[in-house]
Amino acid sequence: MKGLLVLTALFVAVFGKKTFEGDQVLRITPKDEAQISLLRELSEQEHLGLDFWREPVHESLPVDVHVPFHSLQGVRAFLGYNQIQYNVMIMDVQDLLDDEEREMVKYRSFPRSTDDFVYTNYHDLNSIYSFMDMLVAENSNLVSKIVIGQSYENRPLNVLKFSTGANRPGIWIDTGIHSREWVTQASGIWFSKKIVTDYGRDPVLTDILNNYDIFLEIVTNPDGFAYTHSRDRMWRKTRKPNSGSSCVGVDPNRNWDAGFGGAGSSSSPCTETYRGPSAHSEPEVKAIVDFVKSHGKIKAFVSIHSYSQMLLYPYGYTSTPAKDQAELHELARKAITSLQSLYNTRYTYGSIITTIYQASGGTIDWTYNQGIKYSYTFELRDTGRYGFILPANQIVPTAEETWLALMAIMEHTKNNPY
Amino acid sequence: MASTGDLEPTHYPARRAATVALHYLNTHHGSPFRVFGLQQVHKASAEDVAAGGRKYKLDFSVTDWASGSEGPALRCSADVLFPQTERHSGPEVQLRCEALQQINRTAQEEHAFYQRYISPDSAVSARDIPDSYGNVSEEMQPFWRLARVAASFIMLRESSERTEFNMAQVASVAQQGSSEEQLMLEFVVLLHDFPSQEIIQWKLLASWSPDRGVRVLQTEWQPRCPHATKPPN
Repeated sequence: MKGLLVLTALFVAVFGKKTFEGDQVLRITPKDEAQISLLRELSEQEHLGLDFWREPVHESLPVDVHVPFHSLQGVRAFLGYNQIQYNVMIMDVQDLLDDEEREMVKYRSFPRSTDDFVYTNYHDLNSIYSFMDMLVAENSNLVSKIVIGQSYENRPLNVLKFSTGANRPGIWIDTGIHSREWVTQASGIWFSKKIVTDYGRDPVLTDILNNYDIFLEIVTNPDGFAYTHSRDRMWRKTRKPNSGSSCVGVDPNRNWDAGFGGAGSSSSPCTETYRGPSAHSEPEVKAIVDFVKSHGKIKAFVSIHSYSQMLLYPYGYTSTPAKDQAELHELARKAITSLQSLYNTRYTYGSIITTIYQASGGTIDWTYNQGIKYSYTFELRDTGRYGFILPANQIVPTAEETWLALMAIMEHTKNNPY
Repeated sequence: MASTGDLEPTHYPARRAATVALHYLNTHHGSPFRVFGLQQVHKASAEDVAAGGRKYKLDFSVTDWASGSEGPALRCSADVLFPQTERHSGPEVQLRCEALQQINRTAQEEHAFYQRYISPDSAVSARDIPDSYGNVSEEMQPFWRLARVAASFIMLRESSERTEFNMAQVASVAQQGSSEEQLMLEFVVLLHDFPSQEIIQWKLLASWSPDRGVRVLQTEWQPRCPHATKPPN
């Protein structure tokens, strides 16, 4: 009976937009025949809109009744006056329906394999972490998951390692360091599937993976990402509280030890570009720093952001050109030419400080100063029409075209060992 | 870091000035069925001016976001002056775009839209346009564009050489009673500033009709509290 009611309610909810907010289900225990009669009379009051899930039959059997919100006061008064015992079985019918709807949706969209996974949608953190585990399980010869640390709120910092042999130099790619840039995490998911699909099929990628490991951190700022789903779609920073301030979070792309504290970052915790109390103060950043240092052989490092359609190389904190500027500039040109070849998406390229703005304490300035020559930052689609809230139907085209640029960078890295 | 003389058109000094010219263009020519986006800056130069302040000369292209995925590009040239004053005052723009007057195809849609919503019963109200996933319903598209046009008044006024504004999202739209045959809309818009990466919230009251175009009657900056910690549970 309950199932039928829920089904009906959902049907009505979908097509009639009816709400059961405030409605309750009462379980009444009549103690004698007189009370049964009273309850039968109550059931005949059509204006109350009562729906008996269990009719009044016998004094030993409970009577369950769905009472609409507008009748609650009257019904409870009636029961109280006649000293009929009852308790509240369901506090709010709408809440229950909402929970059930959520469960159903979750169950419906839970993919059984990475071939089932919907790449053309945005997903929440749990779905993405499940995806990673599935990808590893399906491709255990090629992919493993490394946990490089914990976020401030104790979420695992997961990195997928694509490897075909031991002691290889590595290529690092991260997405989602700024949580509101949703097309980046979504692209990261697509990249990971692309790698396992193309290994053994695409000669260029196969050759790369036979010589280099690829490390991919899809959700680089999981606390921020969870917050964009639960509270504020525009959240950028980490979620670590700042002592002495009511403002939360540090900009993880101003927290690196490269020109830390300089112009192009903020000293106020209440700003989006707050650099943090000290370099590498954020666990999300420290984890990558420790990983890169202990690995010792990362040869290319790409950090992916959105929006504005740019491919950028160091530096952001100083106008002194990078030592390898000419090569980085030419490689960027090649990469975005590849990118543009797919859907004619136009990218700008150049050093951070000249092209987008001065920014100190940035990721790729640090990695470059560590000796990782091929350090790049992407700003993916679009140029402002949708900005951070890029429609889901652009996820795959964005990922596809960006992949071409990544391949250009990775191929050049492989062909130019140092 | 003020550059003088010829500027690299793809770099930010030229782009910020072109964005100002774009906001100006939208305030003058935007409508529920026409709103422009910057496509490319072709040439740019800057110089200091005698009164203190900097003048940019720009040659750039825009596209109308209302005309499908990528409409034809419109070529524009502009002079943008950022005055040097004690308190901030908005930039001054002189703008010329080719073939602007010839774009008349939207007159019919504008009138239909106007007729539909000018009725006294009309009380449009919506939140989060686009939603978190980038969706904008058919019905909300013209309101989205109107919000961008109205927001352009604010973005233009607030611009300097150190800002680069875009409208990130419409937090809400609420139709008010029509006045003097104008559609009256109260918007809350979220602006995104590139250099600071801040999200800035403004409430504004705008009027529109096909004849009078968009006017912004009131604006109010609203503090956002995204940085505050959650209240203890």
